[in-house]
Amino acid sequence: MASLWEYANPRKFITTSNRVLPWVGALALTSLSIGLVWGFFFTPEDYRQGASVKIIYLHVPAALMAINAWLMMLVGSLIWLVRRHHVSALAARAAAPVGAVMTVIALVTGALWGQPIWGTWWVWDPRLTSFLILFLFYLGYMALWSAVEDGDTAADLTSVLCLVGSVFALLSRYAVLFWNQGLHQGASLSLDKEENVADVFYLPLLVCIAGFVLLFVALVLLRTQTEIRARRMRALLARERMG
Amino acid sequence: MLLTAQNISVARGGIAVLEGVTLALATGQAVVLRGPNGAGKTTLLRTLAGLQPPLKGTVEADEAALVYAGHADGIKGALSVHENLGFWASIFGGGDVDAALAAYSLAPLADRPAAALSAGQKRRLGLARLIVARRAVWLLDEPTVSLDTAATAMFVAALRAHLAGGGGAIIATHIELGLNEAGTLDVGPYKARAAAFDDFDEAFL
Amino acid sequence: MIALLIRDLRLAVRAGGGLGLGLAFFLIVVVLVPFAVGPRADLHRVIAPGVLWLGALLACLLSLDRIFALDHEDGSLDLLATAPLPLEALTAIKALAHWLTTGLPLVLAASVLAILMNLPAQGYVPLFASLVLGTPALSVIGTFGAALTVGVRRGGLLMSLLVLPLYVPTLIFGAEAARRGAEGLPYATPLMMLAGITFAVIALLPFASAAVVRVNLR
Repeated sequence: MASLWEYANPRKFITTSNRVLPWVGALALTSLSIGLVWGFFFTPEDYRQGASVKIIYLHVPAALMAINAWLMMLVGSLIWLVRRHHVSALAARAAAPVGAVMTVIALVTGALWGQPIWGTWWVWDPRLTSFLILFLFYLGYMALWSAVEDGDTAADLTSVLCLVGSVFALLSRYAVLFWNQGLHQGASLSLDKEENVADVFYLPLLVCIAGFVLLFVALVLLRTQTEIRARRMRALLARERMG
Repeated sequence: MLLTAQNISVARGGIAVLEGVTLALATGQAVVLRGPNGAGKTTLLRTLAGLQPPLKGTVEADEAALVYAGHADGIKGALSVHENLGFWASIFGGGDVDAALAAYSLAPLADRPAAALSAGQKRRLGLARLIVARRAVWLLDEPTVSLDTAATAMFVAALRAHLAGGGGAIIATHIELGLNEAGTLDVGPYKARAAAFDDFDEAFL
Repeated sequence: MIALLIRDLRLAVRAGGGLGLGLAFFLIVVVLVPFAVGPRADLHRVIAPGVLWLGALLACLLSLDRIFALDHEDGSLDLLATAPLPLEALTAIKALAHWLTTGLPLVLAASVLAILMNLPAQGYVPLFASLVLGTPALSVIGTFGAALTVGVRRGGLLMSLLVLPLYVPTLIFGAEAARRGAEGLPYATPLMMLAGITFAVIALLPFASAAVVRVNLR
């Protein structure tokens, strides 16, 4: 059984992902369509929140992916720092914009969900606020990648930033909880944990989550391929300059 | 041996510029690096100094025995000449600042703010730092830029004293230092060639 | 190590060292706030702790790029990297020098500027305590951000983007401590959280900063 590290070889990564991509993409589209249509049109309305609760079919998967994307970037950064596999660093770079967009989707859908309940388009609810801060971390990470010319240096710097940023993002989560609700009061707004979501809501939610995960995987595979090709082009150009 | 490099390749911006360089520096020995601009002399010196890792091969030297002087002098304009040297003396563990000033005829300028020095005087101050560092191996990148003949003679005298005291030096320079005992290393033949496409990381960068 | 600290302090104090710039900026920000929010003193009293914290934080931010940029430009950074001083000590000393020349003056100035913002009398001690405990963290975190962007030309704006999210926990706990104190409430909890963050950051971040400086010198 070949080791997972074989895919650290850029060429092998591209050939394998080329084979896998159509399937992952098709599966993603299917589960997303099924999940969203099922969730939006074929589930009963919540007795309290009406139809607006249906936005959880976008909000929850997006929020989950926003965090998981960052975790994937963290793992990729660690692998780069320890084993110097370029594919790992480039995959982290590729995942960042996807994660950032997921965060924005989570923020917007969160605001849309809350508006009928709160009466305003935004509240500094701890969870929404934490996602806003996460979005800032994404922006900084992407900006640093773009600002540094040398590929290896950029990979090193952004990896350390991702590590340090992860610690601070976690710290911020608790700071924000303290800031808006005091450390030991319970969550007052039900934008937090869905209380006892009934099965009839839960199953389409799972399908949507699966769809978002597959979508993330497909997008990151595709974008990593692009990053690999871009790096290869630069290497070839540099080689030409060497004569 | 003060410093040995075994078959090293050095890179600038991720691209290999020199490969297969082997050199050994014995006590009292000086090696002059020759080669056209852009050949990789600076990159080689920086690698030997430990500022960047070699692409391949190893550099063996006692880190505490090296001192590097590059194109920029690291002089703070707001500090006086004496304060600049005093700082480096403290950092490197207490060298004789006055002796260093004397070696480069900087004593009359000791209290002048370094920003008021001419280019040549600044370079002399930068070279004086090597004396207070009291380290065995001098790695110098174009040390005589901006120096007139008198100042160059001061530098060569200081270098001779250093070598006589058991030190070593690797110097990249275009001029003739007039050191009979110095060996020469032309970096031209070590120019890195583009490797074959086979290795995936080579084609990758 | 002390030699480096003394050198940096000397440089900051002499002409072109930028010693008073942070203070001047702090003053300007605090003066601008009433123009932005209106002249009602009761409003100022409420927002005073937060505004003072934010002003101090922004003033700190502006002076961060001096930490490494000057040494990088004149080649000192290369020379310091080949000196016997470990890079971890270098980044720690740089942060300390930054705090002594920027953070500490801001802390002292805040107590004076608080008058402009009509801070309640009971708020002065909490404000001072929170700033004294929090500004070192701002310097250490800022040093990390400055190290990241050493090689980037005109990287000031990028550095702000990287550093400001890292400042959030310190700002939250610091301003919260100042605010609770100004209202007469107990503020030990946020103050301790703030101190915890500061000490953890001082102990751990210099290693990350040193690693990043090493990468940027390659």
